[in-house]
Amino acid sequence: MPPTLFGLVLIVFAVSHVVPSDPARVMAGENAPAEQVAALRHQYGLDLPLPYQFVRYVRDVASGNMGTSLFTQRPVAEDLWARLPATLELALYAIVFAVVFGVPLGVVAALRRNSWLDHVVRIVTVSGLAMAAFWLAILLQLLFSMWLGLTPVQGRIDGWGPDPITGFYTIDAVLRGDWETLGGALRHLALPVATLALPAMATIVRFTRAGVLNVMSSNFVFYQGAMGIPRRRVVWKYILRSALIGTLTQIGLIFGNLIAGAVVVETVFDWPGLGSFAVSSILQSDYNAIMSFTLFVGVVFILVNLLVDIAQAVLDPRSR
Amino acid sequence: MKTLRRLMRDRSALLGLVIVAVLVLAALFAYPLATFPQDVTSYDPPHRLLPPGATYWLGTDRMGGDIYSRLLFGARITIMIAVVATTFAVLIGVPVGLVAGYYTNRVSDLLMRISDVFLAVPQIVLAIAIAQTLGPAIQNVILALSITYWPFWARLVYAETRSLRNEVFIEAAVALGASPLRVMALHVLPSIASSVIVRTTIGMGGTILVAAALGFLGLGPPPPTPEWGRMIAESRAFLPQAWWYAAAPGVAILLVVMGFNLLGDGLRDVLDPRLRRGGADGR
Repeated sequence: MPPTLFGLVLIVFAVSHVVPSDPARVMAGENAPAEQVAALRHQYGLDLPLPYQFVRYVRDVASGNMGTSLFTQRPVAEDLWARLPATLELALYAIVFAVVFGVPLGVVAALRRNSWLDHVVRIVTVSGLAMAAFWLAILLQLLFSMWLGLTPVQGRIDGWGPDPITGFYTIDAVLRGDWETLGGALRHLALPVATLALPAMATIVRFTRAGVLNVMSSNFVFYQGAMGIPRRRVVWKYILRSALIGTLTQIGLIFGNLIAGAVVVETVFDWPGLGSFAVSSILQSDYNAIMSFTLFVGVVFILVNLLVDIAQAVLDPRSR
Repeated sequence: MKTLRRLMRDRSALLGLVIVAVLVLAALFAYPLATFPQDVTSYDPPHRLLPPGATYWLGTDRMGGDIYSRLLFGARITIMIAVVATTFAVLIGVPVGLVAGYYTNRVSDLLMRISDVFLAVPQIVLAIAIAQTLGPAIQNVILALSITYWPFWARLVYAETRSLRNEVFIEAAVALGASPLRVMALHVLPSIASSVIVRTTIGMGGTILVAAALGFLGLGPPPPTPEWGRMIAESRAFLPQAWWYAAAPGVAILLVVMGFNLLGDGLRDVLDPRLRRGGADGR
């Protein structure tokens, strides 16, 4: 894990400091006067030799200093931390939603293979994986917010959010007993969560279905059937447990897709999370911000994969 | 030929093949097929934001451009980005995977470590960072996608090569004195070609999605290029009235990505029986 992190820092450094011929020029903007560019170059140490800059960059990043956002003039690390709960709330609901619907659908589709249900599930998963997330977001917005008026078009809450305890609006609202805020937060969550959950659910359905079909033809299932163990128990306990191992390995990947999806989905819904932060940084050519975002996501991603490995070891004795 | 015939028997793979073929034909014959080919780059403000009808089959956009014609020319951009970026990714990833899988030394460790680093970030995040640094242009999108995509092939080829390394026929080739290059090119590569082809087909769909997302974020080729992702981004200012403006390019992306995915799944079943996961897709 540490070498991967170091490599990531190296790539991010290369993209931000080596690739552009003149990062200070990019920061200052196309039409900035030469003195301003020179001042920026000096201020950020861009006139120093590259190896020296790299060592400094690593030292800063290691001590949690990701530089100052050129736009908000606040430390980038602070901005990222402040926006993390919004994205996590979105991603966690999406993953819960995807698992709660995806696993049973996958099992049922496998049990009733080639039935109409299986075909419907298949059409949904195939298109769910082929849909551009930002387009699905716009479609849902068009249908549910603009035409039917059921959900808010954008944002995370009307007015102010609940006083932060965890930073998750829904949890904070419950903890404070503020039911009205809870309702508002849930209505705002509905569309972005649905957008993110559909492709995630499609992946889970596919892997669960394949896993169940695979396990169903194995000897131990045949044996359990012969022993007279009720079919329902065999399916939902023994088959599912073996089948889910394949699904679980996908969770890390799904989480990565969720973060990637969040970048564009948050933009469409104007959700104040990491993704919309990244996009507005792009639009403002805010170098420190976009590079820190990349690094931050990388770290989160590595941690999630570590958790998946641990969970797998718990679930599957063979991989221990 | 046998492969093709077996592929044709599989209904969803056939559908995928047809969609991909239509995309290629649409891109090749965009000019004769377009009803208003001049609308792709010029403006026609009096006819802006018209709903779909007899003259403008899929309606018009904010500049009065015919969306149907623009979609056809957009297919060229999509195909070009997907084909070139995927080709580069394969050309980097496959040799890296072969070398790393064939040898067991420091270099192969290093190569796999490097590809792990790239896989540690969701592809689009790194692609955004690179595309942003290089500026909005089609060649930069291609570069950003190739740089971030090759590790997928490296990983795959590495794993396959490693497992082939102990096969008797490889051992025999080595014992007969074949050079490592010869073994890799003539013995290992043909055996793993089918999985590379399957991965590449599905990878095309993924590349198109990421390219569209870059276009949507304004990092794709600059206007008036009829890039599908950018068209959807432009449409947002005119919703909910001009729904067709957003719908048409999105459906195009959906169909094309679905086509590549279905074709890839079908190819997997036909070419690589080992990967057939208990008839994973209802066949």
